[in-house]
Amino acid sequence: MVKAFLRDYPTEARLLLVVLAIVLFLSLASDSFLTLVNFTSLLNNTAVNLIWAVGLLVVLIAGGIDISFAVAASVVQYVAVYVFEAMGGGNWAIGFIVAGALGIALGFVNATLIHHFRIITIVVTIATFNAFFGLLMFFTSGRFLYNLPDWWVDRIIIFERQTADGTWAELTLPVAVMAVCLGATWLLINRTTLGRQLFAFGDNPEGARRLGINIALMQFLAFGWMGMMAGIGGLMQVNIVQEVVPNALIGRELDVLAAVVLGGARLGGGRGSVLGCVLGVMIVALTQNGLNLMGVSPFAFKMVVGAIILIAISASNLSFARRVRPPVGGWK
Amino acid sequence: MSRLVKRLRATYGDDVLGLVAFLLLVVIGFSLATPRFLSAANFDSMAFQLPVLGLLTLAMLAPIISGGLNLAIIFTANISGLTLAAILNYYGGVDAPFWAFVLGAGAALLVGAFFGFLMGAVIAYVGAHPILVSLAMMIFLRGLGEFLTRGGDISGFPDYLKPIGHGFILGVPVPLIIFAVVAFAMHVLLSHTRHGFSVYMIGSNIDATRYSGVHTQRTLTLIYTISGLLCAIAGILMLTRFNSVRVGHGEALLLVTVLACFLGGVDPFGGFGRVVPVVLALVILQVLSSGLNLLGANQHLSTAVWGLFLIAVMVLRFVVGRVRERFEKRRN
Amino acid sequence: MPLDKTAQRDVPAISLRHVSKLFGGVHALDDVSFEVLPGEVHCLAGENGCGKSTLIKIITGVYTPEAGVEMAFAGQSVTSVTPNVARQNGIAVIWQDLALFPEMSVAENIAFETLLGNLPRLVSYRRLRARSAAILEMLGEDIDLDARLNTLPIAQRQIVAIARALISDAKLIFMDEPTASLTQSETDSLLGVVRKLAARGVAVVFVSHRLAEVLDIADRVTVLRDGKLVGIFEAEGMTQSRLTELMTGKTFGAEVAARDMTGAPAVLEVEGLSRHGEFEDVSLTVREGEVVGLTGLIGAGRSELGHALFGMTRPDAGTIRLSGRELHLRSNRDAVAEGIAYVSEDRLALGLVQPQAIADNIVLPILPRISRRTGLISPTEKAGRVEHWLRELSIKIGQPSDPVSTLSGGNQQRVVLAKWLATNPRVLILDSPTVGVDVGARAGIFRIIRDLAEKGLAILMISDEVPEVYFNADRVLHMAGGRIRGEYDPRKVTLKELEAAVYG
Repeated sequence: MVKAFLRDYPTEARLLLVVLAIVLFLSLASDSFLTLVNFTSLLNNTAVNLIWAVGLLVVLIAGGIDISFAVAASVVQYVAVYVFEAMGGGNWAIGFIVAGALGIALGFVNATLIHHFRIITIVVTIATFNAFFGLLMFFTSGRFLYNLPDWWVDRIIIFERQTADGTWAELTLPVAVMAVCLGATWLLINRTTLGRQLFAFGDNPEGARRLGINIALMQFLAFGWMGMMAGIGGLMQVNIVQEVVPNALIGRELDVLAAVVLGGARLGGGRGSVLGCVLGVMIVALTQNGLNLMGVSPFAFKMVVGAIILIAISASNLSFARRVRPPVGGWK
Repeated sequence: MSRLVKRLRATYGDDVLGLVAFLLLVVIGFSLATPRFLSAANFDSMAFQLPVLGLLTLAMLAPIISGGLNLAIIFTANISGLTLAAILNYYGGVDAPFWAFVLGAGAALLVGAFFGFLMGAVIAYVGAHPILVSLAMMIFLRGLGEFLTRGGDISGFPDYLKPIGHGFILGVPVPLIIFAVVAFAMHVLLSHTRHGFSVYMIGSNIDATRYSGVHTQRTLTLIYTISGLLCAIAGILMLTRFNSVRVGHGEALLLVTVLACFLGGVDPFGGFGRVVPVVLALVILQVLSSGLNLLGANQHLSTAVWGLFLIAVMVLRFVVGRVRERFEKRRN
Repeated sequence: MPLDKTAQRDVPAISLRHVSKLFGGVHALDDVSFEVLPGEVHCLAGENGCGKSTLIKIITGVYTPEAGVEMAFAGQSVTSVTPNVARQNGIAVIWQDLALFPEMSVAENIAFETLLGNLPRLVSYRRLRARSAAILEMLGEDIDLDARLNTLPIAQRQIVAIARALISDAKLIFMDEPTASLTQSETDSLLGVVRKLAARGVAVVFVSHRLAEVLDIADRVTVLRDGKLVGIFEAEGMTQSRLTELMTGKTFGAEVAARDMTGAPAVLEVEGLSRHGEFEDVSLTVREGEVVGLTGLIGAGRSELGHALFGMTRPDAGTIRLSGRELHLRSNRDAVAEGIAYVSEDRLALGLVQPQAIADNIVLPILPRISRRTGLISPTEKAGRVEHWLRELSIKIGQPSDPVSTLSGGNQQRVVLAKWLATNPRVLILDSPTVGVDVGARAGIFRIIRDLAEKGLAILMISDEVPEVYFNADRVLHMAGGRIRGEYDPRKVTLKELEAAVYG
């Protein structure tokens, strides 16, 4: 069992060690690290990034890349506000359907350009990034929206416990939604035929085509899934911050991308796991959390995180340099 | 007439002629739409805005040709600008002597080149994916900058810097002169030198290039070092243009540089791309942005138009390719 | 799944008559007939561009043939074939690149068919593994079903590809160059599997460049040339040279070209060269104007030795001397500077930068020599060198600015030679110089090699095709298990004896 895990998931195994090492170090270095309150807040804070991460994972597995999802999430938030208004308020069920559908629609825009016009994914998503963001800022004039339906911004606590010192440890709705998204993505890519086709398509697109895999379906599935996760993540983000800010999410796409790739998903397709995603996001979050607890200036967080990612990438490439050479003809 | 077209096509290629034709179209369109477009004031404002984006795009171009990408360009420019600002401030801020500027500019160039070198070395000698390395470097530099500046601005520079950002020499804006010199140097480097030659070859197939006796690792390291150096020049120019330095300044330009490269016909997979069409693409983007601005649209609409424009160009390329294919089939 | 061999022996698994295919007015296939019996191993032979792959693509429904064709699967006449119809009729193709998924498990690769479909279903890994296991057992192969495919050697991946074809109940399997990257023992075991399939009544169509192997395994051979059927022949009694003649339409005088070069001064002297796990205690000498053949099975350490001599890897022990001076090569740049050139066996990935211009490829190793001190490349110097070598090796091209990928295999190999000759080498190492080069174009390559030797170049020619070195080298070294096992003078041994020594 352990042996099979080490063989089939070498990246994940190494990341798990790193996470354990960080946890061990931080529990020794700080009293407040290994507490329920700290862990629940860590989960609350990473929920949205994890939702996006598993969406991006599916795109990466299928051999694509998506830069536009964070901006797409902003678009979904804004449009959803007006949709809810038009519907007379809405509720959570409608919220998920609307956010998911809007996200899928934006994902399909990417998929259409990629599949029907044979444009490579990085070019498409950079273009749609600019188009989505520019149009959103143009039409909203950068206005913030605070007047949101109550159901949307109310904190829903799914787990709470008072700790010995009187503080409350709570888990909020986004954590539950994140768990469902993780589970659904795991089910999709590991247990369904379409998920395995996605792996095959990312691994060897020409071979997949010859075997009769429906290529259009693969692109629309991958980008549709990413879009759905972007929309749901956007919905949850509003639940946490209780406002809609058109340019609040811009830049998050690269952080999530870095975490997912740190988690072993391969640019170029065919490799990646939900566990790796979680570990990649967690390493970044734990580092920030630890620095915070140790009283390091928040301005230093990103620097340390960047350095850690840089070192991790270099180290993982060094030990695998012999086996995993850059593919012939470059890296892409 | 047709012979002339043929000659031009042979000398400059279809891509350049297509871009020139499009540029003319856009210019004529805006001239008809608003009389202010063909004014000296508008030309000056375009000439002052173009160079920063232009320098950053050139910093992006060379790595893309080598089959990679440099996502850290903006923050490399920021950190370089920060270096200059720090040295100027140390020697008296507004009263800093000119030699302090020379010293600071030198240090800024060194810092930019250093971070470029670091990235290049990791990419070349470790074999890590350029997107990952530069992404991690981007996160690191952003963190470093925010740590050093605590997220604030640095301003208050000597008056003699004004002409660099705002002055004219023989009626030509100084930033434009700087950009023209750098663009020419990059053109010569890429199209006419051994080093540039190797960069194209590496972009197409790094292994075959190495087998041919080219020092591919040194070439790659050098290309990222040069990219860092160009970022530093852009950073210095940004300092003199805005009279302040803030980490994150110009962040939105990152994806625009990639867009300009793709618009200029650079192959996203590496191996192909030239300075001249990329400069033309830059001019088109600038004209679009300035023209829309004159028509009363804001910067965000320009961003959207840029994105839509890239999509339109790629779709058009696809359609033209299809039509040509059909045509040739029928002729046979 | 096995068919009863005796009952169905006479009804062809597939038969086609009057197959033609036009591409833009050119006949890719012109009134060709083709037939394979159940349980037969049938070889499809011909040079590149003879129409082999067009024929395969017509049978598998990728291309539609011109009107007038008669097709029948197992006696049932069909009017049109789509990929689906072909699959339902039990026709499977194992492409040269195998079309496998390196990141997925062996079981998933074998039973991938069960994962197909546009509607999502849950995967039953238990059934998947059971079906895969059954097929592997039938083939008598033992491969870990859960292993990731990219952890397997090429030979086992080949087996996985065959197993995948069988799982869809294939009655006719096309194999496109299945042995191209296998060692001899791997090839032998693959041929064993093919025989096993044939014994079960599965028809196998074998496409291979290695004529010895073709004649060994096939019952019959269909030869195509320029889109036309040359004939269908019994493999029994056919010889390699006869087959070559049929494929090319030319006769080749197979004469031993060896000369006595013992009097010439030594250029490359290797003594006691070792590199752990690759080769051991290798000593050899190549003299001025001499062509030394180095043969042995794949995995014998030949290419690894070539890499070390070219400075790509560092030997653990031993010395390399060039004209008496000891070399310490730190990289292949040192080797090039010393006058050692290396033509890689992998022309696509390592020999040439395929998407770039012919001219650029030729000058790639001599960039310092065509640049001024400023680092600027001299356009006249570049054009001059390119023109010189294109003429010297009579390379037929459109424009020097055309991508190398537009050239035929033979012409590409000439470009590789040109680029290395431009470095003005003293030693030329050729690793499998005729891989992917048509039989007809090979003679031209060997003529160039011979001319170069006449001009004084010391040439080490590595090849796993024994006849190639036998007829074209002055001396032949036999390598096995990383060591030099023997030295032969082609004038003193027969081809049969040499082949016996190498394959024996």
